[in-house]
Amino acid sequence: MSRWTRTADPAADAGWKNAPPRKGFFTDSSICIGCKACEVACKEWNGIPEDGLEMLGMSYDNTGSLGASTWRHVAFIEQPRRAVAASGLTPLPVVAARPGENRSFDGAETGIRWLMSSDVCKHCTNAACLDVCPTGSLMRTEFGTVVVQDDICNGCGYCIPACPFGVIDRRQGPPGTRNVGIAQKCTLCYDRLGDGMTPACAQACPTQSIQYGDLDELRVRAQHRVDALHAAGVADAQLYGADPNDGIGGAGAFFLLLDEPEVYGLPPDPVVTTRDLPAMWRTAAIAGATLLAGAAVAFVRARS
Amino acid sequence: MVPPATFASYYGRPIVKTAPWERDIPAYLFLGGMAAGSSLLAAGADLRNLPELRRVARIGAFVGGAAGTAALIHDLGRPMRFLNMLRTAKPTSPMSVGTWVLAAYGPLASAAATAEIAAMMPRRLPIAGRVLALSARPAGVLAAALAPALAAYTGVLLSDTATPAWHAARRELPFVFAGSAAASAGGLAMVGTCLEQAAPARRMAVGGAVVALVMEARMERSMGLSAETLHAGTAKRLMNASRALTAGGAIGAAVFGVRNRRAAQVSGVALLAGSVCARFAIFEAGQQSARDPRYTVVPQRDRLQRAANA
Repeated sequence: MSRWTRTADPAADAGWKNAPPRKGFFTDSSICIGCKACEVACKEWNGIPEDGLEMLGMSYDNTGSLGASTWRHVAFIEQPRRAVAASGLTPLPVVAARPGENRSFDGAETGIRWLMSSDVCKHCTNAACLDVCPTGSLMRTEFGTVVVQDDICNGCGYCIPACPFGVIDRRQGPPGTRNVGIAQKCTLCYDRLGDGMTPACAQACPTQSIQYGDLDELRVRAQHRVDALHAAGVADAQLYGADPNDGIGGAGAFFLLLDEPEVYGLPPDPVVTTRDLPAMWRTAAIAGATLLAGAAVAFVRARS
Repeated sequence: MVPPATFASYYGRPIVKTAPWERDIPAYLFLGGMAAGSSLLAAGADLRNLPELRRVARIGAFVGGAAGTAALIHDLGRPMRFLNMLRTAKPTSPMSVGTWVLAAYGPLASAAATAEIAAMMPRRLPIAGRVLALSARPAGVLAAALAPALAAYTGVLLSDTATPAWHAARRELPFVFAGSAAASAGGLAMVGTCLEQAAPARRMAVGGAVVALVMEARMERSMGLSAETLHAGTAKRLMNASRALTAGGAIGAAVFGVRNRRAAQVSGVALLAGSVCARFAIFEAGQQSARDPRYTVVPQRDRLQRAANA
């Protein structure tokens, strides 16, 4: 229901009693190897239909972006080494997945720095999609995540431009396609969570780049990781979506990035659009009152 | 602040998604606005005993409201589930608020228009006709009471998104749309009403056109970078057409439309077309601002820079 005040505990705010700790993802892009196991596991577990097989000319990324039938998306960015050096960025992830594999991917052989990151719905603390949904199909779960109720959504599409990350979309496809015409996105594997299981993408991730758990704990773990990277000389390592004071009240699914967010296709300073909604309603009220007054003035002296 | 000349993006791909809405939605913005303005004219004409103006405005309100509702339902991904809109009421969702306003407005405007149509029939309906005649005024006045909300909420509907141009237009858009609603409703009434009874419609048309033009100009100044999307391509052509038609229609209504029925009708059509063009221009500008990551990244970078400097 309506929520004008911003909160740190979205499940309790949505009316859940004795809710479990808030769950989330910490996606550490510094140890992502671009295997796309997350994309595949997500598609398989959630029964998501095929949504186009095209060559996009974007490094190893032929997925393109998150959408109605893509709930995990691995971005691949090839940065020419010279440009990386000139920009002052650290030329590599230096830290490999396992001890002893501390091989540098700094591009000595390839001439590039290769960034990979698995994107996903952010499960915002202040979720615009949920705020603007007119049917109540989008709801807050007891785990603090945001899911679409397939049997309620009527495909109005309002959540789609409302999302500051461009995550959610309306599924297209031939008639008969499952959930065609309605909004679809990551559920953080709501069905698995209910059974105490790990979401499919995190389960499949071979490097623990995708970590699932209690959000509070993930935030602590992420801070340790970014501190360690800074200490190792990776100055541009930064957390994205981990700050509860940001424009969306912090993300339930947050990231460790090695370059600016927009390089990965993420907005640098996302703000939930409904933050401005009270002011917008006031503006509309004044505009409506102006119209009413104008109509009244138009009829002054008018009589047949 | 001057925006940076370059910005980083992921292969130039959009960050936010465009609304999946087709022409139905800008068409609804126009039709709903025209209906709202017409209901105000109809109620005024009813109370001031201007039967011809009342008839045209009531029927215009009904047609606009019905066609607009049909467009909204048609645009849904699952049109058969349109009633799910009424399973909850959420002030955080402008679409929910608008649906409830429209759900209340529609039957009222329909009742007033049905009475008008029944009265035009050669044979009077014995009982139903009397009920309709008695309910027409209260229904019409209540429809008019809801009309300002119907005309203005659509500005919030578009602004309450991450679509850069729409959100950046939030301070002015409800005024632009309310003015456009008045201009289109006045225009419609000028087309269908004799000169003697059309004076309130002319005044409403001119006033609405002035508000729409002034607030649109102000909107473009306050939008920042995303105002660019109104200065290029389809949106630019539509907005230029809207300005010319709205200004021309208003001048025509004020100068020639007072004595010349034909001039009044031409002006009325111009005002209607101007409102259509304005809605489609703003719709298209928003979609374009979502397609280009520049309008998402650069203003957010500016904001971070300002916060860092402060």
